[in-house]
Amino acid sequence: MTEQSARKNENSDLIQVKNLVKYYPVRGGVLRRVIAWVKAVDNITFNIKEGETLSLVGESGCGKTTAGHTMLQLIPPTGGSVIFDDIDVFQLERKELKDMRRRMQIVFQDPYASLDPRLPIGESVAEGLKIHGVGNGSERVDKVMAMLKRVGLEDYHANRYPHEFSGGQRQRIGIARALTMEPKFIVLDEPVSALDVSIQAQVLNLLKDLQAEFGLTYLFVAHNLAVVEHISDRVAVMYLGKIAEMAPRDDLFAKPIHPYTQALMSAIPIPDPTIKRERIILKGDVPSPLNPPSGCRFHPRCPFAQEDCAVDEPVLRELSPEHTVACHYAEDFLD
Amino acid sequence: MAAITDTTNSEDKKDYRSNSLARLTLRRIIRQRSAVIGGTILGLLILVAIFAPVLAPYDPEEVLIGKEDIKKRSSPCIHLLGCPEDQPQHILGVDGNVRDVFSRVIFGTRVSLFIGFSTVGFAIVIGTFLGAVGGYAGGWLDNLIMRFMDVLLAFPSFLLAIAIVSVLGRGLQNALLAIGIVTIPVYARVVRASVLSVKEQEYVSASLALGGSHFHILFTRILPNAIPPLIVQGTLGIATAILDAAALSFLGLGAQPPTPEWGTMLGSERNQVFTAPHLVFFPGLAIMITVLSFNLLGDGLRDAIDPRLKQ
Ligand SMILES: Nc1ncnc2c1ncn2[C@@H]1O[C@H](COP(=O)(O)OP(=O)(O)O)[C@@H](O)[C@H]1O
Ligand code: SF4
Ligand SMILES: [Mg+2]
Repeated sequence: MTEQSARKNENSDLIQVKNLVKYYPVRGGVLRRVIAWVKAVDNITFNIKEGETLSLVGESGCGKTTAGHTMLQLIPPTGGSVIFDDIDVFQLERKELKDMRRRMQIVFQDPYASLDPRLPIGESVAEGLKIHGVGNGSERVDKVMAMLKRVGLEDYHANRYPHEFSGGQRQRIGIARALTMEPKFIVLDEPVSALDVSIQAQVLNLLKDLQAEFGLTYLFVAHNLAVVEHISDRVAVMYLGKIAEMAPRDDLFAKPIHPYTQALMSAIPIPDPTIKRERIILKGDVPSPLNPPSGCRFHPRCPFAQEDCAVDEPVLRELSPEHTVACHYAEDFLD
Repeated sequence: MAAITDTTNSEDKKDYRSNSLARLTLRRIIRQRSAVIGGTILGLLILVAIFAPVLAPYDPEEVLIGKEDIKKRSSPCIHLLGCPEDQPQHILGVDGNVRDVFSRVIFGTRVSLFIGFSTVGFAIVIGTFLGAVGGYAGGWLDNLIMRFMDVLLAFPSFLLAIAIVSVLGRGLQNALLAIGIVTIPVYARVVRASVLSVKEQEYVSASLALGGSHFHILFTRILPNAIPPLIVQGTLGIATAILDAAALSFLGLGAQPPTPEWGTMLGSERNQVFTAPHLVFFPGLAIMITVLSFNLLGDGLRDAIDPRLKQ
């Protein structure tokens, strides 16, 4: 990649996601024609700086996994672009995309489904090296062993099958598999959601250590704010395929502005019982992305919704440096 | 790191082996009584097929007129059970062409097992290919393949086999081809269904994220994981194929005399049910035992592979 020297010109963004859109077709009838679209990701834009962790937070079904998978071209995008290191990922030829895959990796949500049950885990971790023809057999074994050790497993684990491991161990294996590619960027799709709370902290610490050691850039996906507080540099809150609010971590936790962010924030348990915080209970369920509400997508559940919220769609506006909010009445919530 | 200490340790090589996937599966299969019974019977049948020339006292196609003093359609004669020593021994009697029925039944095992494995093998290879391509590619290709399979399935398979044999001409080879063709859709469907479910697994996405080609993903990630239901279906399918082939032969469309095929044997003596019942009883029994062994094995394998199917 010779363009790399030309990079780092005006900004330090490793990744720019521009107007990313992903609609899933819904088919029906005898002819299996497309009768509707699930608007899973509907025009989201964000950047991630090199070495940074951007967290993507939102309730289940709001499109976080879809966003991550589309960015990595695991599913074809409906629209928009992803610029990685000044390279437009969606425009790459097959061969170029294969090379690009070494630089962008992913750790999956479900530690039970993310490893082939038929393969000893050493084989799973070695798969990428094999695909890209890195080293010979014994060099690959050495690399795999080293990586297993680095994520906190032992080399004799390499011969064992996924069913012999706990959820936390499987996530470590998934992390090792991604790391063997020596990527610059990793999508962490709810890497700890399936794990016990006690194990969550260990895996989060491992991810932080690895980030410092290898200079990694993370997109960290989670469905609640509590998990991301310690690992993120910035946080983007998603609701029904759109970004509702995005801000540096401290900023967001200190003064969440969007009513949805406030609701998510109020759901975090506070260890200190002397601090009182009003719990905002949202009415109703998340609407279906099949027929998202008009205007502001949050309006059917928003405690502060006004009439025009159902008509006009709010755009993301910058209220303070780097703090953007998509709400018509954002200023009212500034205190 | 407390999270990663688990119940196993490095010296425990034996323990690791006993936990390997193949062993676990084998253990589960052995726990299924029907699989064990079916498998044992099948094992015996295979031995009989292999050692048929040793076990059979006569050449199955040899007409004994003039060679022995015996009438056609003679009842079984077993010396140990009191049949006079001066009569030639025919454990299961002789048929209308004065051939030793026991030898014919023994050699029939070869024919039937060959029929079962070859038709199902043929159908599995083609069905797997079609189902895998359709399921993985999706879209119009999938539609085209599966609608064609639906058309094949819409006809009762046995009637379709009869139609194909009528076009190709009678004979064992054409009967095999016909049975193979009509069973393709079953395997295409099974494989497509597993491919569709395996395709959604995250380990498949992981392979894609690592840079694996579609070819790599289909053949190393998806198909191996789609095989177990295919084995079950194939085992059950062999039973059906053997029955269908016997039925075609019974109707005179399959194996032709003097081939020692059980269905042919039944067909040529079907008018003697009351006068010489042993001529239809033993070939029929052989068909039943063989079909039963595959069915037991298939059911047992299914329960072993997917315990959820069993209440
Ligand atoms: N392959 C698919 N086909 C159709 N709809 C899908 C598919 N995958 C996800 N969806 C839908 O898209 C929406 C977003 O899903 P997802 O990205 O998995 O959300 P999250 O990861 O935030 O829980 C959900 O409504 C989900 O039902
Ligand atoms: S735009 Fe209206 S409905 Fe949407 S969050 Fe703001 S106040 Fe609530
Ligand atoms: Mg998800």
